[in-house]
Amino acid sequence: MSEATVSTRPISQDRIRLRNRRNAADFRLRAYGIAAIGTAIGLLAILLFTLVIGGYSAFVQTHIRVDFPIAAENVDPANPAEGNWRAVVSDAMATLLPGSQSPAETRQIAQILTSNTQFFVRNAVLANPDVIGGTLTLDVPAADIFDQLNKGNISRDTPEANRRVSDQQIGWFDTLVEQGRISTPFNWGLFFNADSRFPEIAGLAGAITGSFYALLVCFVISFPVGIAAAIYLEEFAPKNRWTDIIEVNINNLAAVPSIVFGLLGLAVFLQIFGLPRSAPLVGGLVLALMTLPTIIIVTRNALKAVPPSIREAGYGMGASPQQVIWHHVLPLSLPGILTGTIIGLAQALGETAPLLLIGMNAFITSPPGGVMEASTALPTQIYIWADSPERGFVSRTSAGILVLLGFLLLMNAIAIFLRQRLERRW
Amino acid sequence: MVGYLLLAIVVFALVAFWVGRSAGDRFVTAGGASVHSLPGYHGAFVAVWVGIPALVLLLLWIMAQGPVIDGLLLGTLPATLLDGASNADRSLLLSEIKNVAAGRIFAEPTPEIAAAAQSLLRWQQIADWLMVVVVIAVMLLAMFFAYSRLAPRFRARHGVERFTTFIMIACSVAAILTTMGIIASLVYESIEFFSMVPVHEFLFGLRWEPQIAIRADQVAGNGAFGAVPVFLGTIVIATIAMLVATPIGLFTAIYLTEYANDRVRNIVKPIMEILAGVPTVVYGFFAVLTVAPAIRSAGSLMGLATSPNSALAAGGVMGIMIIPFISSLADDAIRSVPRSLRDGSMAMGATRAETMTKVLLPAALPGIMGGILLALSRAIGETMIVVMAAGLIATLNINPLDSVTTVTVQIVTLLIGDTAFDNPKTLAAFALGLVLFLVTLGLNVIALTIVRRYREQYD
Repeated sequence: MSEATVSTRPISQDRIRLRNRRNAADFRLRAYGIAAIGTAIGLLAILLFTLVIGGYSAFVQTHIRVDFPIAAENVDPANPAEGNWRAVVSDAMATLLPGSQSPAETRQIAQILTSNTQFFVRNAVLANPDVIGGTLTLDVPAADIFDQLNKGNISRDTPEANRRVSDQQIGWFDTLVEQGRISTPFNWGLFFNADSRFPEIAGLAGAITGSFYALLVCFVISFPVGIAAAIYLEEFAPKNRWTDIIEVNINNLAAVPSIVFGLLGLAVFLQIFGLPRSAPLVGGLVLALMTLPTIIIVTRNALKAVPPSIREAGYGMGASPQQVIWHHVLPLSLPGILTGTIIGLAQALGETAPLLLIGMNAFITSPPGGVMEASTALPTQIYIWADSPERGFVSRTSAGILVLLGFLLLMNAIAIFLRQRLERRW
Repeated sequence: MVGYLLLAIVVFALVAFWVGRSAGDRFVTAGGASVHSLPGYHGAFVAVWVGIPALVLLLLWIMAQGPVIDGLLLGTLPATLLDGASNADRSLLLSEIKNVAAGRIFAEPTPEIAAAAQSLLRWQQIADWLMVVVVIAVMLLAMFFAYSRLAPRFRARHGVERFTTFIMIACSVAAILTTMGIIASLVYESIEFFSMVPVHEFLFGLRWEPQIAIRADQVAGNGAFGAVPVFLGTIVIATIAMLVATPIGLFTAIYLTEYANDRVRNIVKPIMEILAGVPTVVYGFFAVLTVAPAIRSAGSLMGLATSPNSALAAGGVMGIMIIPFISSLADDAIRSVPRSLRDGSMAMGATRAETMTKVLLPAALPGIMGGILLALSRAIGETMIVVMAAGLIATLNINPLDSVTTVTVQIVTLLIGDTAFDNPKTLAAFALGLVLFLVTLGLNVIALTIVRRYREQYD
């Protein structure tokens, strides 16, 4: 056994210092990386946090239980639609909060309820005419400032001059609380009401329907066209200058700013074809043009992933090239195509700028009945609400964003589920 | 009427398919292996012949019917009504006739209009029924023709496959048509614009005040269409965005490729995807509601005058949006450096940091540059964040705490509301759109070329 031949040369101070410096540089780079990732995750967390904090209160809505005396002097049983519903509402509120009241006070008291209360009462009576002469008890949404007061978004400590609700109004509201008339149930109106000037009754129904129609149009157009184009380019197209141009073109189209598609929609679909402004049909067409490159690209990748043995077996059995594609390759690649399509549609759902240019940011108070009727879409509705000054709209914007993110999450979850369940690894 | 006719076309095509297929079945029972095509192809052949010409005819008819009837109507009107009438007057007259015909009467119509409304209704009825008759006749003729061609040796499959190939080619041309549509509409409207405002004034002018009167009775400024302040604002905001996104994205990519283990990577990658999947309108709201007030109060703490819609807020949030874009492209670029380079460097005793900065990054630089250019083009074209968080007034300054405006903001503000296509205010948006399209296209082409060259180098 010889001595171990490890060098025993003493390591000089310089070398140690150099090594330490090099290790420190390594450590620094790693620290920068961690800091960068931490920043990105932190920013995302702040974003989600502010949305949830700002938006959760819009998922409940303050309601006030009011007994409306449907007196015959205000409502003619023969013609209830023409009744004096404003008087019905102010009478009901006056009896709730007794005491000497000037007409100005009576008006203010009626403003505790949403301005549309008279229409709620009218519709309830029209649906059930038997209550005329009796009383009708309804849970009516409170006006926005009282909703915010109840949710604690308006501080009672603020001097009276600086808040939008007076001490007297707070007193009335507290009386109603003592009477046990205030409830804050889940805000179904957020999903089933259309847009409104009044935040307490504004909802997303119109926007959700509009987005649904637009996505439907987008899917119906971009899915078949995208698949057909991808099959041709991937399987049949001769490799020549023309197909090169088409391919470069598709790649560039995928990177064109979305607002340019909006300009295209405005100039071509609205101006030349004369399609109606704000219609989900036009929105869907524009979104389809934007989604098309995505679908073509994912379809080509899915087709490429099918192993050549499938094709060769098909040819071996005497199938024509088209038969091999339509009967074997396409069905096998369909899960991948579907996954990519859903992700493309999710992108289209969040797209806002082109829809602004074709007018899908109009103020429309009923859900569209078809693809030709004026409508908003979810992201444009968020944009409209974000521009509205009322406090209730701030929380509704956040709530609308949470709903939109929920839909996106759902679509992506479906895509991931499809990929895991259906996609075959070869 | 059109809906029923569409339904009829579908039904006819199905019947045609069934007829053709039973013919094919008969050929097979009679001739066996000598039949060229499967029965289904015989069916599809007849169905295509029946359905497609009828569908095309129907579409053409719908497009042509309105203008033809309008022309006929104007022909019947007495010359006194049409004398000296401009195109706008004519279309006003036509819409009045149509309103009367549809029963939307606001005032008692003149006898001429009422008569025209009557004939409009009659012609519409005639045209509708004529359309039904013609379409059905075409379908019957086509079915007869296609059916007569069926025979045991008839190559029905070739016919059908030629048709599907044609459809597929048409679909792949759709992408080209989209690009051509974009270019044509932008160029056409821009030429209109440049006939009112000279090109050099647009490209080099220093004042941008586009809010001019669209109607004669509006009160508004005289207007100035010098786009330099708008371009400058775009550059300021895009620069801020890139300054935020490039280091964070690059360091994220470095950490993920070189230092992170699989577990970290499996957590961080989906988070980056979420960051990339958040709609831009959400980022815009975040910028307005959270970031801009935060920057404003931070600025006033330090005694700086900060605008409520500062370029810093819009650019910073845009940077957040672009982080995942840069990190994934840089990740791809670093990963596609051959492993031998990395292993060689490590074997020479280099630390990971030295391998990264001295070997991998220089080798991946073209790919990373390509990614940064793509991200820049996205930042320039991004709309919602700046529409919500940046300013509207175009000013010539590069102070990030001040409010600046961008090309996309101006396009949106010019086109929301009143749009008249004969007005420089509306057309200016298309000129800005053309500039935006050309710049982003240029950046994309350069970036894609760099990335492709670089890939070829290592493949």
